[in-house]
Amino acid sequence: MSACLDISNLSARLPSGQRVLRSVSLTVQPGEVRALVGESGAGKSMIGKAVLGVLPPSVRIVEGSIHLEGADLGQLSAKERRRVIGAKAALIPQDPLTALNPSRRVGPQMTDRLIHILGWAADKADRRVRQLLDEVHIREPDRVMRSYPHELSGGMRQRVLIAAAFASEPRLIVADEPTTALDVTVQKQILRLIAQLQQEHGTAILFVTHDLGVVAKISQRVTVLYAGKVVEEADTPALFADPQHAYTRALMAATPKYTDPMASLMPVDDTVLAGLAAEIAVADHDWKPGGGTGRG
Amino acid sequence: MAENLFKVSGLKVALPDMTKKPVIGSAPMVEILKGLDFELPRHSVTGIVGESGSGKSTLGRALVRLIEPSAGKVLFDGRDITHLPETELRPLRRNLQMIFQDPMSSLNPRRTIGAIIAAPLKLNGLGDNISQRVAEALKRVGLPENFAKRYRHELSGGQRQRVGIARALALSPNFVLADEIVSGLDVSTQAQILTLLERLADEMGLTVAFISHDLSVIRRLCRQTIVMRHGEIVEQGPTDALFADPQHAYTRDLIAAIPLPEIDANWLKAG
Amino acid sequence: MADARALPGRRLDARLILAGAWLAIVLIAAIFAPLVAPHDPLMQDLMLERLPPFWMPGSEPGFWLGTDSLGRDLLSRLIFGARIALIVAFAAAIAACVVGSTLGLIAGYFGGWPDRIISRIVDIWMAFPPVLFAILLVAVFGTGLMSVIIAIAVIDWTRFCRVIRAEAMSQSRMDYVENARIAGFGRFRIMISEVLSNVLPSIVALLSLEMGIAVIVEAILSFVNLSISSDDPTWGGIIAEGRLSIHQAWWVLVFPLIALFLTVLSFSQFGEGLKSRFDPVLR
Repeated sequence: MSACLDISNLSARLPSGQRVLRSVSLTVQPGEVRALVGESGAGKSMIGKAVLGVLPPSVRIVEGSIHLEGADLGQLSAKERRRVIGAKAALIPQDPLTALNPSRRVGPQMTDRLIHILGWAADKADRRVRQLLDEVHIREPDRVMRSYPHELSGGMRQRVLIAAAFASEPRLIVADEPTTALDVTVQKQILRLIAQLQQEHGTAILFVTHDLGVVAKISQRVTVLYAGKVVEEADTPALFADPQHAYTRALMAATPKYTDPMASLMPVDDTVLAGLAAEIAVADHDWKPGGGTGRG
Repeated sequence: MAENLFKVSGLKVALPDMTKKPVIGSAPMVEILKGLDFELPRHSVTGIVGESGSGKSTLGRALVRLIEPSAGKVLFDGRDITHLPETELRPLRRNLQMIFQDPMSSLNPRRTIGAIIAAPLKLNGLGDNISQRVAEALKRVGLPENFAKRYRHELSGGQRQRVGIARALALSPNFVLADEIVSGLDVSTQAQILTLLERLADEMGLTVAFISHDLSVIRRLCRQTIVMRHGEIVEQGPTDALFADPQHAYTRDLIAAIPLPEIDANWLKAG
Repeated sequence: MADARALPGRRLDARLILAGAWLAIVLIAAIFAPLVAPHDPLMQDLMLERLPPFWMPGSEPGFWLGTDSLGRDLLSRLIFGARIALIVAFAAAIAACVVGSTLGLIAGYFGGWPDRIISRIVDIWMAFPPVLFAILLVAVFGTGLMSVIIAIAVIDWTRFCRVIRAEAMSQSRMDYVENARIAGFGRFRIMISEVLSNVLPSIVALLSLEMGIAVIVEAILSFVNLSISSDDPTWGGIIAEGRLSIHQAWWVLVFPLIALFLTVLSFSQFGEGLKSRFDPVLR
């Protein structure tokens, strides 16, 4: 079975020369949820952006490749790349408020992509969006589609964006911290919804998050990232049963747990951070940007 | 000396609802807090938990009198501060401190960290040996002395929040309000800041109101917990008891919604 | 995921240097005008009328930019004109700045009824066409340097008021302003130490921009002969004269226009450059 998303040896840097991704390799198999977990600055969102072809212009990919459904994105023309990504991938963004244009009604914003990128007929797109709104348990699709974003609650907006992401039947969805801005009870509903739709549609998801709790509940496999470098990769149950890397263990010990308050919230030990710094220094020392296709 | 530092009864806060402001005339008032009764025991950390729109931050701001309640009574150390004017509040301020959610926005970008910490000290007549006092305040939160010369943009998120704590505690206040102080921080930094606050609260015998949306954090840090929803108190009591046997369905929902970092195939389906 | 703690570039940028250099030249010329100017700007000599600038045939040595239709040395007139331009620029802009910024700060920080009153006045004020307003004011106060300065300040304080009000308003919502209240500082002290310190870079940039605008308004008033007595050379006055002899002596019109253009541009660029260079804060 060939991977839905295959990122191989991906390195990126800033104009200052600073490396922000360090030879990252990861795959997402069809129909699986792959969590990408790390703290701020780990580069997890940047990987999502690279896959969707929306990296900021200051970030340069200097090495490695991204295959989406077998297509090598680095080898395609800009126009081709947009077409492939538009047809095969979609995004569930972090902030449901800024992801929607505040001055347009929700409905047209949802059908836009289907009509203008995928070339669907307007009535087909409309039917599809209504079907998906039903799948995310929105009972009054007409009212919601006629609403402006600010007239909907945070949870409702996120449902709309999930419906929009699944509407085009993408093979891969990049979910970039989709529940971080939400209340905990709403987060649970949204996670449940994403899991449900993902299973029904057989969509692969690259789930970017900082929360190990969310990782445990939603993903089958997980990649732990630190400073743009993969520090550990495992099946999710295996990671929680027996974390291999000291940083993974430290992250787990730092995560608050109401079931075991005294053993959680442990500050990350300095030796762990020193070890990580040493690992990165070694990796950077041996690294030479070679052979990769530089995409601006 | 009473056992409780704060005694609050029938607290109501109403604020103008700017989204419903008519073209002419003033905006209608919405009741954010709908009559709260509670106490904050001395030398103890009390958690205030709720989701967005619960009114927990408004409650905090009413306690330190950044907002004036519209009804009810707030007794601080036996004194009624509900409607005290700003000028009469000022002498009390050194005992009513606050740590803010966003350490970026709570530090003036154009002042050095040293100047930020020194200002309230000077105002309260502690201007002598000021650099030494500032150094002590920094040391207390685990920052080196030379940070006094830096500006906020030269600090990391965790360091900024340490400065926020140093500033709030520099005057050894009786009461500190901590409003979502770790919500913008990474997990590892969050753990450092919370253990720091836990240690200092213990050492200095502080009374703390700890506002958070995260029950896991509250469980670790707080002796008592107040659960809020839609401007009302849903449940309150000792934290141990609240977790062992939550009385209200909403409390149970809140606890059940926390995704623990452990494998549980049934979690998503349940509830 | 850029590092938010990175310091802004400390390089001197080119526009700051160029703008600063031009303003320095104008300033020195204005202060030392009697020493720098090669001729008496008022001395007429009909033997020397309409001499072209130095590179053209028929020019006279010593009259670098040529002479006007009364035989007065153009360069000397421009140098003396710079005096009036700069006096008006500094005095009028500072007056407008002090009035406008103070009211803007009060309106933005205190909000409520002070804000409503001040904002209403600004709205009404800005409904007048500015140049007509200036002409009206000069007509009332009479011509002369002082009334030009007053006219510009009276018109343009609203520019400061609006911008500073908006900035002060957003600053007032910052946690550090709230924190100063927590610390026990008084309202007035907070306005000065927390809010003013953070809107100051905007005030400086705006002040510099306003100086350029003041130069233009003064030139316009001179152009319509409502400014200073026509004995004193002003850039606007020279332009007005140059317009009459455009076909015989284009330089009388073009050189003051260039001086005016460069000065106004330099003021606005200098202000922006100062703001970005000396503002340690990344917004």
